[in-house]
This record gives sequence, structure tokens and C-alpha cells, in this order.
Amino acid sequence: MRTVGNVDELPNEIDVAIIGAGPAGLAAAAAVRPGRTVVLFDENPEPGGQIYRGITSSTPLLQEMLGPDYRRGKELVADFAAADVAYAPRATVWMVSADRELAVSIAGRSRLVTARHVILATGALERPFPIPGWTLPGVMTCGGLQGTLKNAGLVPDGNFVIAGTGPLLWLLAYQLMAAGAKPKAILDTTQTMFRAEVLKSAAPFLASPYLRKGRMLMREVRKAVPVISGVTELVAHGTSGLEAISYRKGRGEMQRIEADSLFLHQGVIPNVNMANALGCEMIWDETQLCWKPKTDAWGRTSIADISIVGDGAGIGGAEVAAASGAMAGLDVSGRLGLISDGERDRLAAAHRDQINLYGKGRRFLDMAFQPHPSFLLPADETLACRCEEVTAGQIRATLRDLGDVGPNQVKSYLRCGMGPCQGRMCGPTVAAIIAAERGLSPEQVGYFRLRFPIKPTTVAEIATMPFEEKDLRAVVRG
Amino acid sequence: MFRRIEVNDRTAVGVVIDGMPFQGQAGDTVAAVLLAAGKRMFRRSAVAGEPRGPFCMMGVCFECLVEIDGVPNRQGCLIPVTEGMRIVTGGRQTEARQ
Amino acid sequence: MSDRIFDFAILGGGLTGASLGWALAKMGLSVAVLDGSDTGYRASRGNFALVWLQSKGLNMPSYVNWTRKSVEAWRGFADDLQNETGIDITLEQDGGYHVALSETELEKLVSIGRRVNAQPGVNSYEFEVLDGDEIRRRLPGAGPSIVGGTYSRYDGHVNALRFFRALHEALRAAGVSFMPRHGVDRIAHDGGGFKLHTRGTQSLVKAQKIILAAGLDNARLAPMVGLNAPVRPQPGNILVTEKTGRFLHAPVQTVRQTDEGSIMIGDSQEETGYAEGVNLGIASVMADRAVKMFPAIANLNIVRMWACLRVIGPDGFPIYDQSETHPGAFLATCHSGVTLAAAHARFLAPAMAAGKLPEDVGAFTARRFHVS
Repeated sequence: MRTVGNVDELPNEIDVAIIGAGPAGLAAAAAVRPGRTVVLFDENPEPGGQIYRGITSSTPLLQEMLGPDYRRGKELVADFAAADVAYAPRATVWMVSADRELAVSIAGRSRLVTARHVILATGALERPFPIPGWTLPGVMTCGGLQGTLKNAGLVPDGNFVIAGTGPLLWLLAYQLMAAGAKPKAILDTTQTMFRAEVLKSAAPFLASPYLRKGRMLMREVRKAVPVISGVTELVAHGTSGLEAISYRKGRGEMQRIEADSLFLHQGVIPNVNMANALGCEMIWDETQLCWKPKTDAWGRTSIADISIVGDGAGIGGAEVAAASGAMAGLDVSGRLGLISDGERDRLAAAHRDQINLYGKGRRFLDMAFQPHPSFLLPADETLACRCEEVTAGQIRATLRDLGDVGPNQVKSYLRCGMGPCQGRMCGPTVAAIIAAERGLSPEQVGYFRLRFPIKPTTVAEIATMPFEEKDLRAVVRG
Repeated sequence: MFRRIEVNDRTAVGVVIDGMPFQGQAGDTVAAVLLAAGKRMFRRSAVAGEPRGPFCMMGVCFECLVEIDGVPNRQGCLIPVTEGMRIVTGGRQTEARQ
Repeated sequence: MSDRIFDFAILGGGLTGASLGWALAKMGLSVAVLDGSDTGYRASRGNFALVWLQSKGLNMPSYVNWTRKSVEAWRGFADDLQNETGIDITLEQDGGYHVALSETELEKLVSIGRRVNAQPGVNSYEFEVLDGDEIRRRLPGAGPSIVGGTYSRYDGHVNALRFFRALHEALRAAGVSFMPRHGVDRIAHDGGGFKLHTRGTQSLVKAQKIILAAGLDNARLAPMVGLNAPVRPQPGNILVTEKTGRFLHAPVQTVRQTDEGSIMIGDSQEETGYAEGVNLGIASVMADRAVKMFPAIANLNIVRMWACLRVIGPDGFPIYDQSETHPGAFLATCHSGVTLAAAHARFLAPAMAAGKLPEDVGAFTARRFHVS
């Protein structure tokens, strides 16, 4: 593996461009058979993505605290480092066209390169968890806290609360306790675990690797931390920053906890901005309550020679991500003529098995920790769009007053989705509010139509992109 | 609000936060070093000037925007600290001077 | 609603349809506005928000006059809209600039300005020719590459999306039946009026008179009522930056700063059909020019880029028509839906209510395309 430090070091044409250095991207890069140009673009300074953030530079002590699953990242990075690939850290790919032109920005300079194959492994992001006061300094995501622990060895000081639903809450609490920081409370918003249809999925879950780990974590945490279950409402209070949290258990009275920090989590969803802007066919996952690109077992999308793997193709966790990345790496190897179909299938078998094994427990996890509608449909005074500061109430009023319109029209009316985050923090919420108000499913409502650049890019960098005579004539007229 | 646990053998990196020197660690992102320094308000929102701080720590929320070495609106969570880096918080986009 | 017969049904809820609909409703008429789907082409969502007179109307003196009427009526129109809805659409109309980055460009600007005003029948207006230093004096931050430009005091800009929303609020306040997702499949006509068969919702809307204001879809709809609307899509790319401190207080035709702080960079004219995707080469040229005009823009982040499809006829001028074979059917299409909104509301709508078109727009009939 060699490192790319600036855009001039990139060749004009790349055989395989991989975007994202989490488990899926790393495994894809390692799986591509040698002999062609492979470049892995990573927005971060070191590989690992979110789940293995900091793995290359964290000490054994920290790795011990974070647990055995975290250490798995070391193997992935080691395989990647041994592969014949180029690694471009701190590189933002802000455009991928359907014919595989990539606009890459490194150190403030952009360049256009082309690729024969593109593997997108840009992963997931936290499902928006809009509650009143969620924009106060001191309110962060559990994923963000975990990343900070991994990257910088920081833990919350003072009174802090973890709230939401999903296995990450328990893992994080466990990791923090191992690091000497105990949450003041865990506010568990899980509502669905014991419903009949959820329990039906429990049997495969019991046979999966998830259960043993999960039960141990929860037991250890519950011994030491007050856990309030069945939380149906959350509010963050404060003026210049978080000062207190109030919560409601079931239909009880609102209770108040003083706290300096609140960490929210209600699952993760695929980061769809690249797929959406590319025009990939998207499908709505009714169990995971999210949009994801349509992909086959090799990760191929509806657009030729563009694959999407890992959590960005549908939430499956780190092990599935690595396996799916490897599948795409093998697939691309086959299509580049580096291995035969037979060899490809032989090598893919173990990864398929891995995906199936972890798939067994997935449905139960998804259903057990499905966020409750009260946390997907925020109260009127809550900000739905943080960037443009648009409340849920404004969206509802617009639908009432201006008609049964969709998310793109609402975006035009109110500007929600027009800020720098490009809908990552608000898209699902806006669509869910519209769906609820109009009595439709999110699938019927649709989503924002996104465009490149999928990350903000300077005017100066765009001005350096190549152009033709006809482009000049289209602008300088008369 | 955040404290450092002694698990890393990273070298110290000196930065300047709002004019005051602070010792961070190699590998810290700007957002992490600000949290370590006790800052939780990083900026004021563009539309209503509300206090905002880092939220996702992974480059998707655009809340951690701070001025780094004279350049405003940089995502602190994606940028590693370097020796002597000057970080300024509290800005508001609509007050940035051209 | 099924037996209701509206005085007017307007096909298209963009700036043109909504301006007309609001004005008609304020006259006491019953109005329905039928709008398309959430992901429709919608030029009204993608415009550059200019209220602009300068440099327009070469070879069409009527257009200069029609535009000038609209631009002069815009302040009153914006005030009415604010009184009706409480929404301030931030019309800033203290003049606008064209800026030239080369002597050739400057010569062309000046030439067009003079020729436009010298046309017979034109209600000519004054404009200033400025050298680079004067531009830099008037527009702080203007760059050294600027060789000169022109200025007209009639020009300005508005917050386009807030304007769009205000129009829709005004429709509601005026009792207009606004029907989203009611794209019209076909139009039937009998002695009594029109029956509009809609797609998705499969419903029927009846009206005595109709106005086709459906942008690109007018091309398909017009023949149904014996009219002709030979419009085509003309993509234009726009780049939008993050918000920043306000430094550009007057619009330049291709670079403006919104009241919210973003810089908008336009304005290309492409002949690539229904291509809504971003064109990076064009974006590059526009970005380069914008930085030459205002160097401080260089380090701002572009947060959005899109191409919007202008609705443009063969000569680039509006088409206003009234059907002879289907009395009561009107057509209104233009590509300056912001600039002409005031004229549409103030002058076009009352004439249509009286069953005719104003004299000002006689030259804009589609019959001008039938060269004998």
C-alpha cells in the first residue's frame, strides 16, 4: 500500500476506485486481485471508518477497553496495508458521475479522474433523533462519542446520559465504564422488543453470534447504571448548552435529570447521498425504516460498473460489511479478467457464508430496536432541519396550508434540506412527517432529490475543473 | 465535559484556541481537541445565531464549523491538529467578513 | 368538488400560474390551480430571482415595454403580497449590473443596451456605462479583472423561494383551490366549458375558462385547445455557496448575494434538452468568472449545484395566446417568470378575466412562428 498525498499523484485513469475506509472499503481493496490500479479514497486521516476509528494508532490499553470486536479492525487494516493499492487519506470525493468520473479534493485542490469500476463504501450515519433542544451544545450522538473515545481517548466528564435504542447503547456504556466513566442514567426508548411479530424473529437471533455478546453487555451495564426503560418522550433543556434532560416513562409524569451531556442513538441508516445523486435505483426497507440502494449479492447497483457495499447498501454491521466489500472486490477482479468466474466463486463462498450467518440475527435486531414513531415524528417546536432551522411544526403547517406536497416541494417552500449537510440530518424526518400528515408510507412519499457536490467544495476548486469550448460558449454569450 | 483518559502514548501537540495555548495530542481532530479543552459551543447558527456544538463527530452534520488558521467554516471533526494551529470558535457564517 | 365549475382553472402552479391565479381570485373569481408532481421540472424552483430589464428585448420592442411595465409594477406587487401574507419577500430594487471581463464583452453589453433602446416603439430607458474602476467603487469586493459594465436603476432581485411560498400562501388566503399532483392528462371542451382529466389522481376538474401555465408541459397541452406552444427545455446551471456576511448589496446579472447570505452564481444557457444533471465543465467556467468578478468568493464552499430547465420558445420571448377554436382557453409561457410576475398579476389577469389579452402582448402570439 502506498499513500497519495495530493491530487497530482493520482493517475488520470484508475481501474478500481473505492470510496470509504471502513470494513467494507478495506475488505474490498484487499480482495481485488493484484495487477491493476486500485485507489482507496478516505475522507479521514487514517483507515477504519467509524467502527474501527483510530485503530491504526490506538494503544493496546485502549483497544482492550473497546473490546474484541474493535480489534478485528487490525486484521482488516493489515490485509489492506499488504495489498497492492494506493491509499488517499483526507480525500473527499465530492462527485461520482454515472460514467465514473470522480471529482476528488485533497488539501484544497480538486481533480477529475476516471475509473473503470467504482465501489462505494461510504457507510452509514446515525438515524436522526430530533427531540426538543437537540441542537444544544452538549447533545451529541452515541456514535460520535464512541468515535471520540477511539480517536482521542476522551470520555465525558460530569453528569452524562445515554438515550435511545439499539445495541450500541449497551456497547458504548460498557466501553465507557471500562474507561472509568459511568453514565448517570440510560434512558431506553425501546418499545417494540416484546411484540409478537418481533419475537417470531427471535429464534434465528438466538442462533446468531449477536445474542451472547449482547446479553453479557447489558447485564454488566445494568448492574452499575440506572436504566429507565420504556421512555416515550425526551426533552433537552438549557440556554447556551445542555443543563438538564426531562423524560417520560410510558404515560407517567415528566421526570428531570440534571446533565451536561446527552448522547443519542436510535440506530444507523445508510448514507444515501452519493447513491441518490448518482441516480441509483433505491428501495425502501420496511424493517430498517430507511432507503437503500438496490444491490445484488456482489454489490452491483442499477448503474453499470458502480457497486455499493457495507452499511451504505443496507445496515448489516461490520462483519457483513467486510464480507460484502470482499464480494465486490472479487466481482470486480472477475470483470477485469484478473480471476476466472470459478475462482471468484470459490473465494466468495466464505464471505457469502459470513453474510448469511450474520443475516440470521439481523431481522430480530432490526425489529426489536425499531425506533418508536414518537421519536421519528418530533413535536412541533423541535427543529427538523438543523442547518436552516426549520421546525417540525412549520413543515406540518405548510402541508396543511399549501397542500399535500412532497419533500422536494416542502424543501422549496421552507429550505429544509438546503444547508451544508444536504439533508443528512433532516431528510428522513421531513419525509416521515409528510408521510404521517398525508397518511402515506415513506416509500410513497419519496425523498429529497440530491445533487453533486455531495460534500461542500470551494468555488476555487470547482473553477479548476476541466471544461470544453462549448461550455465556455454556454456561459459567455452574445 | 470531557476528560482525557491516559490510554494513548501520543505526542503532545500545542494549539492556540481563541487566543489561548492548549496542549492536545497527535491524532486529535480539531473538534476533539476543543472538547478536551472544555469547549462545547463551537459557533452560532447561521439563521438565528443559536449556540451550536459538535454533534456527529464524523463529518455529516456540519455543526463543528470553526476557523482554522484563518480559514472559516472548516469541519473540525475531519481535520487533525498540527503544531501551532490557530483555532477560533464562536463564529457565525452570516457575520463572516469577505 | 366533483360538480363544481370554476371560473378559471390554471394548469400549473409555478410563478406564472400562481401570479395569475392570485390576481384572478382577488377579483372575486373562483379559481383552481392544478399543479404537477413533487419531482416535476418546475422552473419556478430553479431561477436566479432577478427582477430585470437591462439587455432584454433585442428584436422585440414589445418585450422591452412589457418587461419595463412589470419591473415598474414590482414594488407595488411585492407590497400587496406582503400585506396579504405577512411574508416579506425582500425585494431589493436599487439597480443591477452587468459586468464584463474583457473589452469584447463590454462592447457587446453596451451595443445591446443601445440597440435595445433605439428600437422603434420602445419605451426607452436610461442605463449607465461604467468603467472597471467605477464598478469597483460601487461594488466593494469587485475584482481587478473587471474592465467595465452597465448599470440600470430599474433592476433588482428578490428572495425567489420565499416569493414562491408567498404566492402559494396568497392563493390559499384568496380561497383558491390548489391541487397538487393534479397533472392534466387531457382537456375536453364542450359548449359549457372545459373538463380537465388529471393523471395520478384520476379526477375531473371543470372550469369555464382555463389558462395553460404549465411550463414545458404546455407544448403537449396547447394543441388540445387549438393552440401552439413550441417551447423547449434550456438548462441553466446554478451554483449556491454557504451563507456568509453580506457584502454584495446589488445584483450582478450572473452573481448575486441573497438576503440570507448565500452567493448564487449563474447563468448558463445550454441546449442539452432535459438534462437536469450538473454540468461540471459549465460549473467550472461560471465559478472561474465569479471569482474573477469577486475574488473573495474563491474560498466559499459551494453547497448546492443544480441545473434548472428554462421554458424557452423559438425566439426566447413569451407566448401569450387565446384560442379561437376553444373560446376561454388561454396560454401563458415565458422564461422570466420572476420579472414578469407583476405584469401577469396586474395586467394579464384582468384582461383574461374580461375574456381577452392586453394590447401589450399582441406581438407574443404563437402565430408569429408561422412564417408565410
